[in-house]
Parts: sequence; structure tokens; C-alpha cells
Amino acid sequence: MKNNIVKYCNIKNNEVFLDGKSIFHDEEKLDFNEFIKKVYKNFEMEYPKFYKMDPLCKLAVAGSSILLDQFEEVDSEMAVILSNKSSCIDIDIVHQASISEGNEGYASPANFVYTLPNIALGEISIKYKLRSENSFFIFEDFNPDFLIDYTTSLIGLKKTNQVMCGWVEIFKNEYNAFLFIVKAEKGITFNKENLLKLI
Amino acid sequence: MEELKKELKEKIIEALNLEDMSIEDINDTDMLFEEGLGLDSIDALELIIILDKDYGIKLTDSKEGKKIFQSIETMAQYISENRTK
Repeated sequence: MKNNIVKYCNIKNNEVFLDGKSIFHDEEKLDFNEFIKKVYKNFEMEYPKFYKMDPLCKLAVAGSSILLDQFEEVDSEMAVILSNKSSCIDIDIVHQASISEGNEGYASPANFVYTLPNIALGEISIKYKLRSENSFFIFEDFNPDFLIDYTTSLIGLKKTNQVMCGWVEIFKNEYNAFLFIVKAEKGITFNKENLLKLI
Repeated sequence: MEELKKELKEKIIEALNLEDMSIEDINDTDMLFEEGLGLDSIDALELIIILDKDYGIKLTDSKEGKKIFQSIETMAQYISENRTK
């Protein structure tokens, strides 16, 4: 069987979708941190470390938790391939402020530890005990061709039989997460046209 | 000393993003690491910065840190005896 999108999750504009259906919506126009805190509580994630994460990790962990908690076949070999445009610039700015003279030059270790986008992969892997291939790529825009090539190659070479991939973008309160699981099972055809439609 | 303990609890909750906690949830003798508040190594670095930045105490000996960061009680005791700010 060909590779298909078997499950997907979107988080954007104060709303969470699973397989295209709205499953959480906040009427108030909250900023990202307030909104994602409500998402965390609403889906009873019970992972106190969540509060310590930077915005990019919070978005990636919230999206993958909503997705993976509804996917019964997660195994430790699931590969994770993420991408975005702004890398981890959101927390980089906070870190820069923390080492500026205005703050007496004290860096915050809690901020510094998140100044790499692939920390988001680590947080997801720790939470779901994944010991698989993972990579985080930075592109100017959502790049379906690349995700299709990479994922198809991983499954084709039998490195894994399931991949969670997608786009996890956040910068200054503007955010968009689109995470999906690809597997050789019945689902939505894994092609560029569908990915551009689903994001 | 009671005021200092309250101040420390507030600083720890803020610096370590313990968002589900209030100062009433932390007892003076609760272990800060392991089975107590469950703080980790990054949190330990944040505590070292609090000592330096807010109380003018520079810690250089990690063994000393272990004793000082046992609880709010031990932290407050050490700060009151060694603070330069």
C-alpha cells in the first residue's frame, strides 16, 4: 500500500483541529501563551515540564500530544520531521534581552536551553519515548515537496514505518502548527496538493 | 527570616515557571529537588543566578550548593548569613 496521511492536527487562530474537525476554540482573543495554556489544560496533558518550555516547544508538544494521544499505533521507531520559517527566534530574542546590560548581564539558563529549534524534537521524543530519526528544517515557506521526499525515503528504506512530520511556526504571537502522521495505511493521499490544502 | 522565605518562594515560582503553584503550596522544609518540588539541573542554575543577582552570593563549590538548595529553609538560612545585597 502507498503512504498516506492517516491523522493530522492543526493549531492556528485560537483553534485546534483534529482531522479537519474543530475540537477546541477559544472565543477570547488571547495571546499565544494564554491560549496554549488553555489548550494544555483542556486536553489534560498533565506534563508540568510544559510550563517551562519556550513557545516553539509548547506549540510542537501540544500539537503532537493531541495527535499522538489519538493514534494508537505509536511505536518508539516513529520518525519526527519538523520544519518552520522562524526557527527559534522567539526565544532567541528573550535570551538576548536576558544577557543585555539592562539585566545586569545575567543569562537565564531556562531560556538558553531552548535556543535551538531541534529542542522541540527532543521534548516530543522524551514525552513519547521515541528513539528514532528526527530532524528540524528551516524553510522560507511550508515545503511539501521536501517533506514528501524525506518521508517517502525514510519509509522506503525501511528506517521506519511511520513518520510524524509537519510545520510548526511561531513568531511574535503569530503561529501555525500542522502535524500529520504518514504510514502505509488507508488515509488521505500523501501528495503536495493535499498538504497545501490541509495546512 | 519569614519575609525572606516568602520572597524566595515567589522568586522560585516566577523564575522556574512553576505556574500551577502558589507560595502556600511550598513548605519551608520541602525538598526542592527529587521527590520534593522535582526541580532539575537547569532549575539549579536558575537558583544559582538568583543567589548571585539578588543577594550578591557567588557559589563556586557544587557540594556547598547541594546543602544550600535542600529546602527553602536552608536557602533562607544561608542567604541571611552570607548576603551582600
